[in-house]
Amino acid sequence: MGSLIEIRDVSKLYLRGKQKVEVLHHIDLDIAEGDFLALMGPSGSGKTTLLNLIGGLDLPSAGSIVVGGQRIDQLGANALARWRASQVGFVFQFYNLMPTLSAQRNVELPLLLTKLSGVERRKRAAIALQLVGLADRATHKPTELSGGQQQRVSIARAIVSDPKLLVCDEPTGDLDRQSAEEVLTLLRALNRDHGKTILMVTHDPKAAEYANSTVELDKGTLVVREPA
Amino acid sequence: MGVLRNLGLLLFLVVVMIGWVVLPWPGAALLALLVAAWLALTRRGRQSASVAVVGISTLRQRLGSSAVIVVGIAGVVGVLVALLSMAEGYAETLRKTGGLDTAIVMRGASASEVMSVMDRDSVTQVAQTAGIARDAKGEPLASPELVVAANLPIKGGTADDQGSVQLRGVGAQAWAVRPQVRIVEGRRFENGLRELIVGRGAARQFAGLVPGQEVRLGNQSWKVAGVFASGDALESEVWADAAVVADTYRRGSSRASVTVRLADPKDFAAFKTALEANPQLKVDVATTLDYFSKQSEGMTKVIRTVGMVVGSIMGIGALFGALNTMFAAVAARAREIATLRAIGFAGLPVVVAVMLETMLLALLGGVIGGFLAWGIFNGYQASTLAGGAVGKLDFELHVTPQLLWTGLKWALAIGFIGGLFPAMRAARMPVTAALREL
Amino acid sequence: MKYLHLVWAALFRRKTRTFLTLVSIIAAFLLFGLLDAVRASFEQAGQSANGAQRLQVGAKLSFIQALPSSLEAQIAQVPGVKDVTFANWFGGAYQDPHNQVFSFAVAPNYLDLYPEISVSGAEKKAFLATRSGALVGERLAQKFHWKVGDRIPMQSTIFPDREGNKNWTFDIVGILHSTDKKSGGFFDQMFLLNWKYFDDTTPYNQGQVGWYVTRVTDVKRTDAVAKAIDALSANSDHETRSQTEQAATANWLKQLADIGLIVSSIMGAVFFTLLLLAGNTMMQAVRERTSELAVMKTIGFSDVSMLAMVLAESVLLLLLGGVVGLGLATLLVPAIGAGSGGMLNLPTVGASSWALGAGLMVLFGVIVGAVPAASAMRLNIVDALRR
Repeated sequence: MGSLIEIRDVSKLYLRGKQKVEVLHHIDLDIAEGDFLALMGPSGSGKTTLLNLIGGLDLPSAGSIVVGGQRIDQLGANALARWRASQVGFVFQFYNLMPTLSAQRNVELPLLLTKLSGVERRKRAAIALQLVGLADRATHKPTELSGGQQQRVSIARAIVSDPKLLVCDEPTGDLDRQSAEEVLTLLRALNRDHGKTILMVTHDPKAAEYANSTVELDKGTLVVREPA
Repeated sequence: MGVLRNLGLLLFLVVVMIGWVVLPWPGAALLALLVAAWLALTRRGRQSASVAVVGISTLRQRLGSSAVIVVGIAGVVGVLVALLSMAEGYAETLRKTGGLDTAIVMRGASASEVMSVMDRDSVTQVAQTAGIARDAKGEPLASPELVVAANLPIKGGTADDQGSVQLRGVGAQAWAVRPQVRIVEGRRFENGLRELIVGRGAARQFAGLVPGQEVRLGNQSWKVAGVFASGDALESEVWADAAVVADTYRRGSSRASVTVRLADPKDFAAFKTALEANPQLKVDVATTLDYFSKQSEGMTKVIRTVGMVVGSIMGIGALFGALNTMFAAVAARAREIATLRAIGFAGLPVVVAVMLETMLLALLGGVIGGFLAWGIFNGYQASTLAGGAVGKLDFELHVTPQLLWTGLKWALAIGFIGGLFPAMRAARMPVTAALREL
Repeated sequence: MKYLHLVWAALFRRKTRTFLTLVSIIAAFLLFGLLDAVRASFEQAGQSANGAQRLQVGAKLSFIQALPSSLEAQIAQVPGVKDVTFANWFGGAYQDPHNQVFSFAVAPNYLDLYPEISVSGAEKKAFLATRSGALVGERLAQKFHWKVGDRIPMQSTIFPDREGNKNWTFDIVGILHSTDKKSGGFFDQMFLLNWKYFDDTTPYNQGQVGWYVTRVTDVKRTDAVAKAIDALSANSDHETRSQTEQAATANWLKQLADIGLIVSSIMGAVFFTLLLLAGNTMMQAVRERTSELAVMKTIGFSDVSMLAMVLAESVLLLLLGGVVGLGLATLLVPAIGAGSGGMLNLPTVGASSWALGAGLMVLFGVIVGAVPAASAMRLNIVDALRR
């Protein structure tokens, strides 16, 4: 399979007051389609920054990022939003579900951006919930779900519009051992059985074991790539 | 249990409010002193004070939400005081017009001067009744007067925009009976001629009432001889010689009323009895103070009611705004409050502190609202239909200290209620739950 | 609107806060409903299709002066005049000189010029046939518990009979109903008596007429007809002033007070504080949700859609409170009227007040939501998620 993601000479710097802080230095990286990549490194190494760039949440200061043949570093804010809606699903460390909506409604959220009818939307949300094993919790609000369950709802939301790429930022960081395993197993299944390309930031080596390959960042530069 | 507690709280609130409503300002000052003493001298009081100080010092960080309370209450007080000052000014102007040393005699069962008709015979008999003061020549100080309406063009309107002004035809003794009336521009009218003097208020409302100019009453031309001032309701009138007015309005020798100066104000009752005993007269007698005060009753009541209703509705709005803000403030400081309680502060200091904070903001709002009302509306010229007259009454809004105190009372009441419920919640918050959020 | 449930859920995130804010909004619009009803009724008073055809002809000198009855025939001759009728102010009071009653001594054809007053044919005939007959407005009859067939005493505060007695007696022969509730409010409270009976009984009237009312053939020519009528009495001792009913009413009302100004001032103060309050609530609401808003953006919602959703939230908030407030006012007014047995008659909240109110609700919703919506729009995803 070819590269889904091609990152060429990407740098990112922030302005802290008058100081310029370069968080990423000249990153070159290819991610194959259908790969499950773990992005590791000490805190402050820039992994979340790189994740944000690949996910289209932020723009690089220099270099190019091509995802699925699309130069996303050249897109404007609105175009990026549209791109994200159909091409990427996000999973965050703190789930970030809407506390006022039921699990079902939370999963439906990305579908509101499509032209699907209400009936279609509910159907797809139900399928996504079933996939993550929470069909029986569809009407529960996040406050009524455990941490692991909330994260699985979050994953259902991330896949409901069938994006090619899943971007996960420390998905198991807030979970106990057992829930973490459930989540990671689910991610692996999504990768193996459904061909989703997954990019996961983690600091936990045990979590990285679920991935196919690992990449390490240190102080903004790629250090290790294994397996090649 | 919770229902009982809430009911008890409500009852407590009702009792406090009733007491507050009847409390005069010296009572409130005493109350404030007592509270201050409690804060300074008792242990619980000092705890409350220190918690309150901490809360107040963080007000600057919550300027937005604190402003909501202050502005909301300022609005209520401002509008309330403004409307009540309208009623106050109106009633005052009419009240000042009368005195205990003059009396007005009208035909029996007349609601007001305008409706009264007395024939010449009755007028003469009234003037000769005992109890009336006499001038140097021994003539009774009695002025038979005729009150009618005249249509004049309104100032600032088109020629067709006409309003009604009260035209009073006065007798020769009118000046002696009403010494407060003095000419400030021009001169008095000349008896027997179609001449007018206009009150300052009337001159303000109508076009062309300038000494030297002529106005048309009906199809006749009248000359404006001068402007008079009296500091009361009479200033909204226009005066002329009663005989000439009677001629123009075809009233012949009948008059509407007789206004007399009493020889001795203490003998009013005797004067009244004498008139009522006269079988040939069917008249009503009242001191002018009594008469004019009664005339203002209807309109004053209306304005006051409107003021109270508007103020109450606004008050509810402000109250819920205060509740909102304070509930949010209490929730935002849940951790601090829980810490205080964990350290050992009892529930009461927390309650008192929250309420002090709210009432301080409310006090500020009340002061600002009252100040604005005073600054903008005190002395403001207004006019509306006069009670018992046929013209408009020109009057000034009067923001009295009593009204400002009323406004302040409302402000503090809103602050009290607005702080009470959030304070109770703060005091009853489960300490451990709040600390766990750390 | 598929986003409605999102907006609704966001609005009621903190139920207590939203409820408290709603009450303040309800209070503000309740007040608005009551005050605007008063303002609108003052504005519309005297404005009606029927009123447009009528001219009021009174003495130019003052409204308490009377006119000679000879004018009737003269006015009828003026080109453009269809009908003429007349009336006198009776100055009635029931049981107490301070209980004033709207009472007129009217010509036999008076009701013909007021089609908005409805009365049964039989009752009208009875009125003309009975010398001391009286037609009473519906609400007035309710207030004093009068029925057709009652014989009631009524004082006149101005006119005594030949013995000098101010107590008159009337037979109630019919009830008047007002067909145009909006502008004909006070027809319900009128007391009409026969002019002939009035003139015959009191020595003070001497055949004079209080004022004339004419109906014109062409509403576009009322000014010309008015001038022609006034020309009849020019330079006499009873000069007249003719105006359209609307002008006459507006004139009188202007004397009462500048109601428009007072209402606008009060509502200005009320709405200013309301905007501050609701604005504060919205700011808090949006500030609490920065991470959620950021997540929406990661999902793919555009910046503009976030702006729209926050604005929708604030407009919905204002609409909810405003509709309930105005609704309360609309319901309360007739309730107060009924509850007080016809003593207190406040003007009802009409369509124009609702239209104005709805417009204000939307406008305030936008103003209140503008700043929080803008900050939601400009929210930087990365920064917001990092918090």
